[in-house]
Amino acid sequence: MKQRSDSRFISFVAQFKQNRAALAGATIVLLLVFVTLFAPQLSPHDPIKACLDERLTAPCMEYPFGTDQLGRCIFSRVLYGSRVSLSVGLIVVGIAATIGVVLGIISGYCGGVPDEIIMRLVDAMLAFPSLFLALAIAGILGAGFINVILAITVVEWTRYARVMRGSILSVKENYYVEAAKSLGASDFYIVTRHIVPNAITPIIVVATLGIATVILAAASLGFLGFGVQPPTPEWGMMLNDGRLFMRRAPWLMIFPGLAIMITILAFNLLGDGLRDAWDPRLRERRRER
Amino acid sequence: MSLLSITQLKVHFPTQDGIVKAVNTIDLEIANNERLGLIGETGCGKTVLGMSIIRLLPPSTTIEGEIRYKGNDLLKLTEKEIRKIRGKEIAMILQNPTTSLNPVLKVGDQIAEAIKLHQGLDRRAAKAKAVEMLEAVKIPDATKRANEYPHQFSGGMKERAMIAMGLACDPAMIIADEPTKGLDVTVKKQIVKLMKEVTTQKTMLFITHDLGVAAEICDNITVMYAGELMEYANTEAIFKNPMHPYTQGFLNSLPSMGLKAIKGMSPSLIDLPSGCRFHPRCDFADAKCRTEHPELIEVEKSHYARCFQYA
Amino acid sequence: MLKYIIKRLILLIPILFLVTLISFSLLFIIPGDPAETILTGPGGGADPKAVEEFRIKMGLDKPIYIQYFTWLESILHGNLGYSYQSKRPVIDTILSRFHATLKLAIVSMIISLMISIPLGIISAIKQYSAIDNVSMAGALLGVSMPNFWQGLLLILLFAVTLGWLPVAGYGDHGDLEHMILPAITLGTSSAAITTRLMRSTMLETINQDYIQAARAKGLSERVVIGKHALKNALIPVVTMIGLNFAYLLDGSVVVETIFAWPGIGLLMVESIYLRDYPMIQGCILFVAIIFIFVNLMVDILYTYLDPRIRYETKE
Ligand SMILES: Nc1ncnc2c1ncn2[C@@H]1O[C@H](COP(=O)(O)OP(=O)(O)OP(=O)(O)O)[C@@H](O)[C@H]1O
Ligand SMILES: [Mg+2]
Repeated sequence: MKQRSDSRFISFVAQFKQNRAALAGATIVLLLVFVTLFAPQLSPHDPIKACLDERLTAPCMEYPFGTDQLGRCIFSRVLYGSRVSLSVGLIVVGIAATIGVVLGIISGYCGGVPDEIIMRLVDAMLAFPSLFLALAIAGILGAGFINVILAITVVEWTRYARVMRGSILSVKENYYVEAAKSLGASDFYIVTRHIVPNAITPIIVVATLGIATVILAAASLGFLGFGVQPPTPEWGMMLNDGRLFMRRAPWLMIFPGLAIMITILAFNLLGDGLRDAWDPRLRERRRER
Repeated sequence: MSLLSITQLKVHFPTQDGIVKAVNTIDLEIANNERLGLIGETGCGKTVLGMSIIRLLPPSTTIEGEIRYKGNDLLKLTEKEIRKIRGKEIAMILQNPTTSLNPVLKVGDQIAEAIKLHQGLDRRAAKAKAVEMLEAVKIPDATKRANEYPHQFSGGMKERAMIAMGLACDPAMIIADEPTKGLDVTVKKQIVKLMKEVTTQKTMLFITHDLGVAAEICDNITVMYAGELMEYANTEAIFKNPMHPYTQGFLNSLPSMGLKAIKGMSPSLIDLPSGCRFHPRCDFADAKCRTEHPELIEVEKSHYARCFQYA
Repeated sequence: MLKYIIKRLILLIPILFLVTLISFSLLFIIPGDPAETILTGPGGGADPKAVEEFRIKMGLDKPIYIQYFTWLESILHGNLGYSYQSKRPVIDTILSRFHATLKLAIVSMIISLMISIPLGIISAIKQYSAIDNVSMAGALLGVSMPNFWQGLLLILLFAVTLGWLPVAGYGDHGDLEHMILPAITLGTSSAAITTRLMRSTMLETINQDYIQAARAKGLSERVVIGKHALKNALIPVVTMIGLNFAYLLDGSVVVETIFAWPGIGLLMVESIYLRDYPMIQGCILFVAIIFIFVNLMVDILYTYLDPRIRYETKE
């Protein structure tokens, strides 16, 4: 069994390496991580310090992306803004995936009443358009980093529960699980040793695409005024600020928007690439040509 | 006079892994009213050969040679002209009846469609003719069945519907691709009987890996291996006096002959063996077979084989 | 068929119950005491007496489960409560606002399908051609581009710079010129998703044996693709309409805010600013029920379109 997953992993890597779009996505993601870590070193100015003499300056040597209505350097703010987006993305996906995976395991492995309850809950959660629900939660709780994370996590966990349950149901019937059972292995042993390793890759694919969704949702909340508290730079909020100065200073809304789009694009490319490399059915289809 | 004559036909598929050489320099004649069996192991190129006649292959395929039907080279026709041949002059009954019927269209409509197109009948007349065709292939309660969807048909009935569809425009020639595959013994017998009945006045290329079925239906049989024809003779001669070691092996693998499978595996069509394509699996192979490529020669009258034993 | 619908309706009961429970439990996350929070004006500090009165009037002094069942009972009578702000029934406001959202959603959906269906089909039958590569790149950009940014860029170009269309607003009755930009914003981003789906189902379909069989009959490529392939490939796309609707509802929150389009999305945002909890609760519950209803319709339509399922459900 070990060998089997090894060889699959090797072909997975080979497949992924051939996908130029996915490699581009991976490169941008790495670059974003770099920017996030070294924002203080990379920024030419303090992102928070207002400089009223320099208000609404067009992009120039001193301010590559111009300045905002308080004279803050937009370039620096965009760099710092990646911190909020990326950390919300990672934290939410981390928590939501953990919750979802645990509930998915319970649901898929136990079946019966627990399965019924969890799946009906998932169905009910999915009945709410996700931004509506996240907005209601974030709106009631009030703006703030933690509240944004809470609100989006509540709507995001369901997809992981579904995927995990699905892969468990398909793995559960496999011979080695049957074999382990007949050898008297405990449930815990079977789940951790046999089921989870085989079901985890689809979760990684969904999580990568999920980061894009979360970053978009967080930016939307920020845009509507329910994101992090000012003056912390956040892309969605910057866009909303910029909206008022659209006519005089369009750069206020161009650059944060571009940053959001490139970030989401990168995670989408990476996620699509991981999925194509993993799903042999899609791979076969490509080869037929 | 031959109705269809194939000369020097090559069909190759460029793919990511290399060029798949599915048909390699095939010459074949089918006379009017002849029923010719094309047999061979899975993956040897039978379907591809059949498809190339009515040009149902992907655009990226490279096809060389000539396929003359009533004197015209089908490979030179425009797309519009070949469409007038398909279904009307030459009908092909595709390999897999379960997946070859469109699941969201009524069976009767799928048959009527071709009738409407080629015979210029209106909707109602075409539908009536479709019901007639279903009756002709002995589907009980044809009027009702014509209004059903494929998933409501059993496997044998789907095959019958496919045959009805093929016969609908009264084509001169039929290419039947394994119409008995996957059917149980009784149903298979019925289909064989039906095929015999409906093709008495027709020319047919009958593709199968079931030698028993071929023996019952066909006048002549040709044996295909790795995209080449290995032997050609009338049905009796093939059974009484198989010449090519591959044909002999194929016969020995029949249940009545003790199910002795031919050793080894069929070759990759991307890297074909040198010399005789069959030499890696042949008990009689010698140095010559490994390096030189044998030609198809007439060993006895109208009995051809591609093997150095007879050269 | 009727039996199937009834079965589906019965299966919906637990979900509807959970949906009301989730909507209700939003009350628990109100920071501090709801009555006090609500009555605390911008100046801060609420009159304790007023708070107590308000609490009794709104039933906030009763145990939680009683509050829930009272609420549930009134919902079943079509009463979603009264707005803290306008004191009018929540349901009235929601219905009048939903009208605008529905109008926008339908136009957006039409735009989306008009782009995505032809583009998806062409991309599939000309896989890896220039037009396929361009439309797939476009779809990827569309998926990655936030609605609110796209909306702002459209305003910048067509309203602010060119002056062809109004910046925002509803006009008198949701006039066409006001609707164009928001509908394009929503429509194109949903088209991005649907185009990809249309392409992949079409690709799957045209590799099926029955497509070859249709060609073998001598049918023209137009009939083969337009009839045999499309009839199959559209079935999953119909299911997509349900999801698409949720997507459009979701998008309505930001798009309506940007374009000042007085729909339910904007109502939601306003109610949050005003801390109008019954309205928030009502909006959430309402969109969820609408979404469940749309999905039910789509499911029924689906069984009607696919004969394999249609006959199964008959028996
Ligand atoms: N479009 C294509 N592209 C690439 N390779 C193809 C294509 N169509 C067929 N082939 C290959 O050509 C070879 C011959 O296929 P074909 O379907 O003719 O076999 P067959 O003799 O009909 O087998 P079976 O008895 O299983 O039907 C196979 O190896 C197949 O994979
Ligand atoms: Mg075949």
